[in-house]
Amino acid sequence: MSVQPHPIAAVTERAMPVSGPVASGAPSHIVVTGVDKVFAVPGGEVVALKDIDLTINRGEFVCLLGPSGCGKSTLLNAIAGFSHPTRGGITVEGRAVAEPGPDRGMVFQEYALFPWMTVAQNIAFGLEIKGMARAAIEKRVAELLDMLKLAEFRDRFPKDLSGGMRQRVAIARVLALDSPVMLMDEPFGALDALTRRSLQDELLRIWAATGKTIVFVTHSIEESIYLADRIVVLTYRPGTIKRDLRVELPRPRDSASAAFNALKRDLSALVTAEQHRFEQVEMKGLTTD
Amino acid sequence: MQTSRLRALAEGLAVPLGILAIWQIACSAGLVNPMVLPSPAAVAVRWWAYLAPLEAYDPAQGSWFAWLFSGEMLHDALASLYRVVVGFVVGAGLALPLGLFMGSSDVIYRHVNPLMQVLRPIPPIAYIPLSILWFGLGNAPAVFLIAIGAFFPVLMNTIAGVRHVDGIYIRAARSLGASRMTIFRRVILPAATPYILSGARIGIGTAFIVVIVAEMIAVNNGLGFRILEAREYFWSDKIIAGMLTIGALGLLIDMAVSRLNSHLLRWHRGLES
Repeated sequence: MSVQPHPIAAVTERAMPVSGPVASGAPSHIVVTGVDKVFAVPGGEVVALKDIDLTINRGEFVCLLGPSGCGKSTLLNAIAGFSHPTRGGITVEGRAVAEPGPDRGMVFQEYALFPWMTVAQNIAFGLEIKGMARAAIEKRVAELLDMLKLAEFRDRFPKDLSGGMRQRVAIARVLALDSPVMLMDEPFGALDALTRRSLQDELLRIWAATGKTIVFVTHSIEESIYLADRIVVLTYRPGTIKRDLRVELPRPRDSASAAFNALKRDLSALVTAEQHRFEQVEMKGLTTD
Repeated sequence: MQTSRLRALAEGLAVPLGILAIWQIACSAGLVNPMVLPSPAAVAVRWWAYLAPLEAYDPAQGSWFAWLFSGEMLHDALASLYRVVVGFVVGAGLALPLGLFMGSSDVIYRHVNPLMQVLRPIPPIAYIPLSILWFGLGNAPAVFLIAIGAFFPVLMNTIAGVRHVDGIYIRAARSLGASRMTIFRRVILPAATPYILSGARIGIGTAFIVVIVAEMIAVNNGLGFRILEAREYFWSDKIIAGMLTIGALGLLIDMAVSRLNSHLLRWHRGLES
């Protein structure tokens, strides 16, 4: 937990450089160009994404923020390669995304750990697929177990772990492959506030240490401010980019500081407007059905 | 703790013991024909005689161990168990791959499922005439019938297991770089095991029902044969002793399968007992 004692600490430290990995190579890492995604639904179609243009730089921590149904997970799934855009294209590292792959590790809200594998086996799975030698796998798994404070749980099955522990395993499983991009779909959405904060700090630590590009979907305004270099606010149906703003607060960020709360107010106004539209559309859907 | 368990035991035993007492009194008082309903004591004596070796121990005849297992009941039980195991292995061994194919390929499912749905409701016992026509007498028709009994529960559950694999596991595996074959082997197969094993448990239960019927028709040993043979001699005490043995063996098989399942599914939620 990083609670700063002084309320204006965040403001006074603003002059300090933003902590985080230094970008290397070509700056643009993930490029989304003119992406539309249209889903067919009974009696018509839903435009989940419309004209999305987004360039994410190497080593950047980007949060996709918006109410339910705004297409933020749809966009993440398109970058992951789970679903193809109806129009437009996505490149990662200059290559067009065609299908999911180990260069874009995915962390799911539901953890998606394999319940029949122990913690260590879950983490080793991607490495075995890669064809890594047994001894090297053992070594890498041991490192990750240490890094995520999971060493004493290595032979447990997921059912015996708490939600926070499971998500640590899921993160370790993705880190094992050392993919340059980590995609996270509301990974801490199901966790209690304290566990959530400790995992957020853990994630920032890992990000600072590894320099990964992280695309993180959330509907929590506070979470996005606490974590991101950059927050991309999406609108509700059709999903378009409403605001793309940079968070300049130094890390560790103090959620009680004035600057944090000023930003939170601004973002709340943006997101709440979309939430109202979401509620109106859903209500109309209910009455016409 | 100890007293509550004793209490539970006492409560569980009260009704059976009461029935046994009334049964014994009715028999001792001469209210029922012993040919129709032998007394519990007579059944117990007969059960012991059925279990015990037929002849006194003679070192010249063989080892002490062999003598211990020379009783008629153990031979019958082993013969029945053998048929159950062979029949089950044949039936489940055919159902498992077919179920995996049908579960993972819509094309195969659409081609094969109608036939399976037509055949499935035919009770294995209805195959008896055909099985004798095809296989004559002996173990072959019995194994055939038992295999049919085990086949459908395993098939249906395997299909359901493969089809109900949570898509998120497949997505996770794909994003970790798994090929289709790896996903099948390391994700779909283990994810389907709870279904497959519960199908196997139902299948082995069915196999045990069918073995008793098959032994009444086609062979001359085994627990099913023995109780039918006892009827021909009006040994009603032996019929009941044989039935009790069948029950005990069935319970034993189910307990063993259940223990094996709990071990194989120790990762599975909601399988604590």
